[in-house]
Amino acid sequence: MTATKILTRNFERADSHTLAAYRETGGYAAWQKAETLEPAAITEEVKQSNLRGLGGAGFPTGTKWSFIPKHHAGPVYLVINADEGEPGTFKDRYLLERDPHALIEGMLIAARAIRSATGFVYIRGEYIEPWRRFSAAVKEAYDAGYLGRGFDVVVHRGAGAYICGEETGLISSLEGKKGWPKLKPPFPAIKGAFGAPTIVNNVETICCVPHILTRGAAWFAALGTKTQGGTRMYSVSGRVRRPGVYEASVAITLRALIDDLAGGVTGNGRLKAVVPGGSSAAILRADEIDVTMDVDGLRNAGTMAGSAGVIVMDETVSIPEALMVVARFYAHESCGQCTPCRESTGWIYKMVRRIVEGRGRKDDLDTILDVARRGAGTTICAFYDGAVGPYVSYIEKFRAEFEALIPK
Amino acid sequence: MTAPTVAFSEAQLAEVRRLQGLYPDGRAALLPALHLAQETFGHISLEVEEYVARLFDLTPAHVHEVVTFYTLFFREPKGRHVVAVCHNLSCHLAGAPEIVAHVRRRLGVDVGETTDDGRVTLQSVECLCACEHAPMMQVDDRYELDLTPEKVDRILEGLR
Repeated sequence: MTATKILTRNFERADSHTLAAYRETGGYAAWQKAETLEPAAITEEVKQSNLRGLGGAGFPTGTKWSFIPKHHAGPVYLVINADEGEPGTFKDRYLLERDPHALIEGMLIAARAIRSATGFVYIRGEYIEPWRRFSAAVKEAYDAGYLGRGFDVVVHRGAGAYICGEETGLISSLEGKKGWPKLKPPFPAIKGAFGAPTIVNNVETICCVPHILTRGAAWFAALGTKTQGGTRMYSVSGRVRRPGVYEASVAITLRALIDDLAGGVTGNGRLKAVVPGGSSAAILRADEIDVTMDVDGLRNAGTMAGSAGVIVMDETVSIPEALMVVARFYAHESCGQCTPCRESTGWIYKMVRRIVEGRGRKDDLDTILDVARRGAGTTICAFYDGAVGPYVSYIEKFRAEFEALIPK
Repeated sequence: MTAPTVAFSEAQLAEVRRLQGLYPDGRAALLPALHLAQETFGHISLEVEEYVARLFDLTPAHVHEVVTFYTLFFREPKGRHVVAVCHNLSCHLAGAPEIVAHVRRRLGVDVGETTDDGRVTLQSVECLCACEHAPMMQVDDRYELDLTPEKVDRILEGLR
């Protein structure tokens, strides 16, 4: 299987971020078409395309849009989640820097579908260059008259907090508060930003929308599997010969992605484990990589497609040490709102760390598994469940390696 | 409460009002205003928090809660440059611990500290999402990629 370039088709051009280059390659034609369509027809087209959210949760995009109350009189907001932060993921950085007009055009179309007059783009605070590039594109789009005629875009910078990538945490942060997630229901589509119906979509998801409008839902659906259409951008890093962003069908296998696109495993050349969907995805052993990368394919393999951040580890990598690094991340980023998450992430990090440092206790592994599982599903947002994925899978699949570090 | 010794210029106050006007609720401009405050005052002291709180008709406690929640806001004076080395998984696999140790030796400070001459503050941070160029770090507003000890030396020498 080879790469299929749709979202990344202009990345090789040095001027790909400019309006001139975007127009030259057919940009804003989809918006022209969308302007002639009824909102419901746009949503229906996106539903038929089987586009699923590419930020992490994999929820069907058209279905999400259809949750906006039909006869709502007040404002409706479109919020773009550009708070990329899932460890191992870097695709949205490329889109913001190299194809910002694709996001703007996708937003125009999505806004028409959900009858929104205002869109907010929440960009992580560390992404200075992506923020500059995207802001410059927004200005171009205003000057050219795409924006400001019924739809406005506000670019909002975050200030450093992984949890703001969680959609309700993002909304809290956008409202000028600390980024604490909110209890659902009500879902954002009913009561979101500023108390109004809100759709939160990932950058890459929205960048797919112009192509669906131009080339049709059937074409897009046929690129993928029965339950998920399209291609997606895989961020591949770790011990591979050619780390980078690779666009391919959601039906590509993890093995093809690593061997054919990323050039194969480095280190000692023998694969030990792979994280397939950002650090919150359960780890896979070397014998588990003949799976397709679509949402359902990876779910059936006991892990998740998540953000499609693929982190490759060869045999020389210490799995306990890798878990220590991951556990440190979740302990640092827990927002502190829910007790099981706030307490468990800290304790589990301490336990994994003492195991790695040779001070582990005999029952530590069972304690970690017990603590991890007890908290799963008890918190306001999916953050803690995302931490449980690595805690449990690293230990269950590589238990002997942990046990070898614990003094007898 | 004592009179504030920190204050935005007229132009900056106009910018804050413009930012507040972008949102259905002006208080949503708090993060952008705090970015502006940090650029202006160097860091966000309790005094700055109180000043910003007044501009937003918020309690100082609310602003404090926000400032302390986010990693990019400094509550203590920082160096003229901030060097933030990523220590998450992909960078770790590519040798981030060695890069952090190297920067510590070169600067003579520990993570979280600022050099005596006020030149550089060193941080070790979570994923900056440039894993294809691991190990990497952020230096002020730039990403520095594919680090080696030699490349780190060149970058540090360029910081005045």
